[in-house]
Amino acid sequence: MNSAEFLLWVRGPGLNIAMAIFIIGMLIRLLEIFMLGRKRNLAELRGNGVSAGLRTIFTRSAPPDKNSLRRSIFTYVAGYSFHIGLLVVIFLLTPHIQLLQSLLGFAWPALPTPVVDLFTVIAMISLMALLWRRLTHPVVRYLSTSQDYLIWAATFLPLLTGYMSYHHLWFPYSWLLGVHILTAEFLLILFPFTRLTHAFTLIISRWYTGMMAGEKGVAS
Amino acid sequence: MNHDKSLGDVLKEQGVSRRGFLKFCATTASLMALPPSMVPAIAKALESVRRPSVIWLSFQECTGCTESLTRSHAPTVEGLIFDAISLDYHHTLQAAAGDAAEAAREAAMEENKGNYLLVVDGSIPLGNPGYSTIAGISNLEMLKEVAEHAAAIIAVGTCAAYGGLPHASPNPTGAVSVSEIIKEKPVVNVPGCPPIPVVISGVLAHFLTFGKLPELDHLGRPLAFYGNTIHDRCYRRPFYDKGLFANTFDDEGARKGWCLYKLGCKGPVTYNACATAKWNDGTSFPIEAGHGCLGCSEPNFWDMGGFYNALPESTMNLSRTAAVGIAAGAAAGAASGLLNRRKRGKAKAAHETVTVKDLQREEQS
Repeated sequence: MNSAEFLLWVRGPGLNIAMAIFIIGMLIRLLEIFMLGRKRNLAELRGNGVSAGLRTIFTRSAPPDKNSLRRSIFTYVAGYSFHIGLLVVIFLLTPHIQLLQSLLGFAWPALPTPVVDLFTVIAMISLMALLWRRLTHPVVRYLSTSQDYLIWAATFLPLLTGYMSYHHLWFPYSWLLGVHILTAEFLLILFPFTRLTHAFTLIISRWYTGMMAGEKGVAS
Repeated sequence: MNHDKSLGDVLKEQGVSRRGFLKFCATTASLMALPPSMVPAIAKALESVRRPSVIWLSFQECTGCTESLTRSHAPTVEGLIFDAISLDYHHTLQAAAGDAAEAAREAAMEENKGNYLLVVDGSIPLGNPGYSTIAGISNLEMLKEVAEHAAAIIAVGTCAAYGGLPHASPNPTGAVSVSEIIKEKPVVNVPGCPPIPVVISGVLAHFLTFGKLPELDHLGRPLAFYGNTIHDRCYRRPFYDKGLFANTFDDEGARKGWCLYKLGCKGPVTYNACATAKWNDGTSFPIEAGHGCLGCSEPNFWDMGGFYNALPESTMNLSRTAAVGIAAGAAAGAASGLLNRRKRGKAKAAHETVTVKDLQREEQS
C-alpha cells in the first residue's frame, strides 16, 4: 500500500466507518440517558429549574471559590489551555471546517493557520503537563485507570500528527496526513466507549444538577 | 543512427551556442538542487557523452507524454538533448513501421546490451494480454524482454509510474505500473499527466552526467523535482494561511486570486515541480490560470474523490453515512432505552415491600 492508497482508504471507508460508529454509539449512549426518566417530583417547586439548569451549565465552568482555584491552580490552567486549544484546532482550522461543511452544509470563518498552529502547541504542552501530573501526583496516579492513558494517547496523537503534517516533519506529507486522519478516526471510534463521552454528557449532568437544585430552591 | 557523435557535437551542429548550452546545464543543476560547482561537471559530461541508445515503449497511453516533450516549446535545448540521444525505438517518432520497427528495437537491444535506456509511457494490462499489443506481442511480454538488459528504466507519465487513467476504478484492463512488474531493477518514476518537459530531460541529463539514477522519494520519484508539494511552493499559499479562499470560480475571491483549496485543489498532497519549473516555456502553471491542482503526479489521482471536491471531504458519501448512522443510532438507542425501562418496570413489579410482619417472621425462623 502506498501513501495515496492509504490516504484514499482513510478519506473513504475509514472515515465513514469511524463516523458511523461515533454517531450510532453516541446516540445510543445519549438516548439511554434521556430515556432513564425520573420519578415525578411531588414536592412543591421552590424555584425555576430550567433557568437554574441553564445557568449551571455555564457557572460550573468557573472555579467555585478562590480557595479551590488556589489549591488546584495547575489543573485549572492546564485543563483550560488544553481544552481551549483543542476546540480551536478542531473547529477553527480551514480543512476541519471544510470537512464539517461537507457534512453539515454550512461553514464559519477560520482562523489563520499560524494561529491555529500556536493553539496546537498550547494544547500539546498542556496535555503533556497533565500527563506528567497524572504520573507524579500520588493521588491522581492511584485514581488513574488504563483507560485514562488510552484516551490521553488517543487525544494527543491527532494533535501531534496534525502538527507534524503542517510542518512536514520527518515523513512525507501524504503519509502524515493519512496517519493524522486515521488517528482522528481512532478517537471518534473510542468516543462512545470511553469517558470521552463527557464532551456531551457534561452538559446533561450540569443541567440536571442545576435543575434539581433550582427546583429545591438551593444554590447549585 | 550515428552513435559516435557526442552530445556536444550534435548541439553545436544544431546551432546551440556554448552560452545557451551552459545556461541549460545551470538550469538543470539548480532544478536538481545541485551546487553551482556541478555546472561545469554537467556540461563536460553532457558534451562528451556518446549518444546513448534509448528504447521508448508506449503501452496503454495517450501519447500526451511524448507531446509534452516534443511540442513543449521548440526548439529548446531540452528538445535538442532529445535529438541527441539515439532514440532507436519510439512508435510516434520513428520513421520505420511494422516489422522494420520491431527489427530496429531488437537491433538496438542487441547492440547496446546492458547499456541502453528504457523509457516507458503507459500502463500495462494484466487482465487480458489482448487489451494492448504491439506487433502481436503483449505489453507485459515486451516490457519484460526489453527491461532485462536495460541499464536504467524510466517510467514517464503517471500511467507508467502508477497506472494512471487506465488504472482508475474500476480498472477494466487490470492496468498496473512498470514498477509492479519490474521488481529486480530500480525504476525511476517521472509522473505527471503529462510530466513537465524539463523534468523528463533533467532526469536524462542526470543519468548522462553521473551515470546513475537520481535520489528517489518513497514513490520512486526523483527528489530533485518531486521534493516539494505544489501547495508549499504555490504563490497563492499566503492566502491559504490567511484563510482567504475562492468559494466559486467567479466570485470575488477567484478574481482576486485567492487560494483554490475549497474548489478542490489537490496541491497540498501533490509533489511536483509545476509551481517552480512551470509550463509552456516557463509561462505559468494551472493554478495561475485559476484552476486548482488535479494532483496528476500522484498515484490514484483519478479516484481522489472528484477534482472539484475539497481535499478534506470524504471520497465517499459521508452525509449519507451520517444520515444512516443517525437513523440506526436513534433506533438502537430507543430500543435499548425501552429495554431498560422494561427491566425497571419488571424489577418494580417484582419488588416486595418489607413489612414489620416479614421482619418478625425472619426473626422467628
